[in-house]
Amino acid sequence: MTTWPILSVTTFLPLVGALIVYLSRGDDEAAKRNSRWIALWTTLITFAVSVILVMRFDPNSADFQFVEKANWLATGITYHMGVDGISLPLVILTTAVMPFCIIASWKAITNRVREYMMAFLILETLMIGTFSALDLVLFYLFFEGGLIPMFLIIGVWGGPRRVYASFKFFLYTLLGSVLMLLAIMALYWNGGTTDIPALMHTAVPRSLQTWAWLAFFASFAVKMPMWPVHTWLPDAHVEAPTAGSVVLAAILLKMGGYGFLRFSLPMFPLASHDFAPLVFTLSAIAIIYTSLVALMQEDMKKLIAYSSVAHMGFVTMGIFAGTMQGVAGGVFQMISHGIVSGALFLCVGVVYDRLHTREIAAYGGLVNRMPLYALTFMIFTMANVGLPGTSGFVGEFMTLLGTFKVSIPTAFFATFGVILSACYALWLYRKVVFGALVKPSLASMKDLTLRECVTLFPMIALTILFGVYPKPVLDMSAASVQQLVNNYNTAVTAVKAAALLH
Amino acid sequence: MSFSTAGYQLAPVLPELVLAIGAMALLMLGAYRGQETTRAVTSLAVLLLVVVGVLVYAQPAGKQVTFGGSFIVDDFARFMKILALIGSAVTLVLSTEFLSDPSRRIFEYAILVLLSTLGMMVLISAGDLISLYLGLELMSLALYVVAASNRDNAKSTEAGLKYFVLGALSSGMLLYGSSLIYGFTGTVSFAGIAAAATVSNVGLVFGLVFLLAGLCFKVSAVPFHMWTPDVYEGAPTPVTAFFASAPKVAALAVFTRVTLTAFPGIVSQWQQILVFVSIASMALGSFAAIGQSNIKRLMAYSSIGHMGFALVGLAAGTVEGAQGVLMYIVIYVAMTLGSFSVILAMKRNGQAVEQISDFAGLSRTNPLLAFMFAMLLFSLAGIPPLAGFFAKWYVFVAAIKANLFTLAVIGVLSSVVGAYYYLTIVKTMYFDEPAGQVDPMRVEVKTVLAVAGLFTILFALFAGPVVSVASAAAKSLF
Repeated sequence: MTTWPILSVTTFLPLVGALIVYLSRGDDEAAKRNSRWIALWTTLITFAVSVILVMRFDPNSADFQFVEKANWLATGITYHMGVDGISLPLVILTTAVMPFCIIASWKAITNRVREYMMAFLILETLMIGTFSALDLVLFYLFFEGGLIPMFLIIGVWGGPRRVYASFKFFLYTLLGSVLMLLAIMALYWNGGTTDIPALMHTAVPRSLQTWAWLAFFASFAVKMPMWPVHTWLPDAHVEAPTAGSVVLAAILLKMGGYGFLRFSLPMFPLASHDFAPLVFTLSAIAIIYTSLVALMQEDMKKLIAYSSVAHMGFVTMGIFAGTMQGVAGGVFQMISHGIVSGALFLCVGVVYDRLHTREIAAYGGLVNRMPLYALTFMIFTMANVGLPGTSGFVGEFMTLLGTFKVSIPTAFFATFGVILSACYALWLYRKVVFGALVKPSLASMKDLTLRECVTLFPMIALTILFGVYPKPVLDMSAASVQQLVNNYNTAVTAVKAAALLH
Repeated sequence: MSFSTAGYQLAPVLPELVLAIGAMALLMLGAYRGQETTRAVTSLAVLLLVVVGVLVYAQPAGKQVTFGGSFIVDDFARFMKILALIGSAVTLVLSTEFLSDPSRRIFEYAILVLLSTLGMMVLISAGDLISLYLGLELMSLALYVVAASNRDNAKSTEAGLKYFVLGALSSGMLLYGSSLIYGFTGTVSFAGIAAAATVSNVGLVFGLVFLLAGLCFKVSAVPFHMWTPDVYEGAPTPVTAFFASAPKVAALAVFTRVTLTAFPGIVSQWQQILVFVSIASMALGSFAAIGQSNIKRLMAYSSIGHMGFALVGLAAGTVEGAQGVLMYIVIYVAMTLGSFSVILAMKRNGQAVEQISDFAGLSRTNPLLAFMFAMLLFSLAGIPPLAGFFAKWYVFVAAIKANLFTLAVIGVLSSVVGAYYYLTIVKTMYFDEPAGQVDPMRVEVKTVLAVAGLFTILFALFAGPVVSVASAAAKSLF
């Protein structure tokens, strides 16, 4: 059907854009404007190309589509790209969020604009590549490579404690990933290849499954992040520039969940089954504990960061439930959280750009000066809470439903998270938006500009659309999720049957 | 050129003969024409190295043995020789500025580098303990003098002396080990030793330990690393670049050849030594570098760590392991030469600056230099998609196959620790306020940096062919 390597084009277009930005010399106003426009157009064109992917995608097939294969390193390591129903939504999420990131940085970033735009474009290539790589080494290349631009984004354009935050982000993530690298090597010798589809059909011995699962878990749990290895996230979020936070929350965190879906469940079903109680426990703790921590925060970004950890807890819980509803809910929750948390960070960015503080206590009564902002922020707060009618509800409900079938206690405790998230989110909203406008510094606040509306309104539309009509995302992933769940259950029941025979 | 009896052809040693005669001719030129020929001698030396490289490349594929088995030319030797020649040639190019100073116009410098390179080539091709020792000493004696080539500088002289005293000690250990091995096997040739050493006995292992100790000194692996930081810091920067590249290639090559071809029967004996040495080197290289403020000293600890990583591949004792060593050393040489060209480029008002704090804000004052150095540092830390990642991949993948899990886990964990200090330099360049302008780069430094930097950044694109060449070279040892 396709005659041109559409997936590689989507992946590497931003890199080409970064090169063009590099070639546009100079550091004066004109050069800054040029690099902004080039970056915006690159991300828009990339998004347009990725829309072609959606149009040509066959949702009834569980196989990898748009497959490209080329020789790369000798002996079983190839350049292999492709997407299925689990990765395509994440690819689209990436290409869709990036233009908003560029627009959100339009006025906020004034120094070293060229480097900033290049870092973001390179990061986009690496993120898309992570979701569409079908070879473990290639995957690792994209997955780890993303650390470099993100390190620079936090460190160069971040807040006062940016050095600490960027180092913590980098080293934490690297520490988890190098263990995964060793597991990748072990899988390579076990299967003779690092081809992901081939490895999915390669039997992995039980002991190797356990070790490899743990090694992959070390990497993805840090990336997700799961309690107790989540501590890098609040720091990174607080110090990163607005667009950096958006990318971090909307896309980079999803790499962990994607990793669990792509590797842990299909390649190590038995180990996944064995360790599911561990994941359930950690997820339930994450949901309740980080929600409680969020209640105590004085910094808006930190509060949303902790709420992200809690919401990612729903994703891990749903994925490791291994049921159709749980896994599909996990995928949906990732997309929904990508939109909602990204938008929430944009909302924080809106007031931060005006007042240059993120302290909750510095605000209050914004509704009097910024009605449009109040409305926007309200919708995303509600989506974060999981109010029915917003996309947040669908994901949380499905993951809870899927988990309920497997582990009632986990679902029971996780449900508290829904209540707690209402507590902190509404508390934040009341403190910032409602009340009397008494602080003199807020008296001259202006409502949303056109540029901010352009970034936020499409996200409102998506939040509500997916809240009342989640079918597009669910349909896209259904076949792949079904196959994943079937294979997982077959493997687990086969072992149980064998155990009964003995 | 088969004008001699069988077993003593000269064709396999043609490149070495050309290099030896060329070096002597250049020595005559310099001796009769005086120090003003420095520039010409240096340029001709680079040309000579290129010619020798072409001759090595043009040698027929497959294994050739001459001098009764003392001298072996196989794919492995040719691979390592070309790499060593590149290292020497590039460092000579980088030395142009150092030699252009009127007080340091010494044509002997280039001659010594040539002779040292000749020693390396003999070392790489060594087929018995005698030629090993000959090559090693020719290489080392020239290096001692080069280290002290800035003779009016106390630090440089100290570096030369230190290197000489410790180097002589290590040569002694190596000789002692060789004599024990000869005593217990009755032969000096690697093939003969391999045939005799099928079961381990105490005396043989004793000799092996001493031999390996001598070799560890040359690759600066822990616990024989003490000279490295002082010599790296004290020697003139182009000399340090030379020390960090070509001699490391040769030493690692002979290390690989000795362990794999002379002692394949007692792998378990030397494997545990290598496991210890590589763990110790990786750990020390990572932790000790954290506290450094001088960039050359930091690079010294970094190179100790990198030798530890390369030895991980050797510890596996398999074809994959040898391939890992080859991949590692290729990428290591590129990264090292690139990094040292950055250090050479760091000059303010004609004065070289060596403190890490001098790199502050380099991304503002000289964005391209900072970018290249940042990429080299990320590569040294082993972050994909840069070349350094592939180096680590190939050594650790061999270790995993050989079931050396402890070694692999400690290795990757120390690479995370190592990442910290590389990141500190990136932080200094990118996050800190500028510390002042840097002088414009000289053209030869710029060229070396561009080639090494692009090699590092784009390695993923042409990794395939490099892997197949390294794989063929590794297979020729077995």
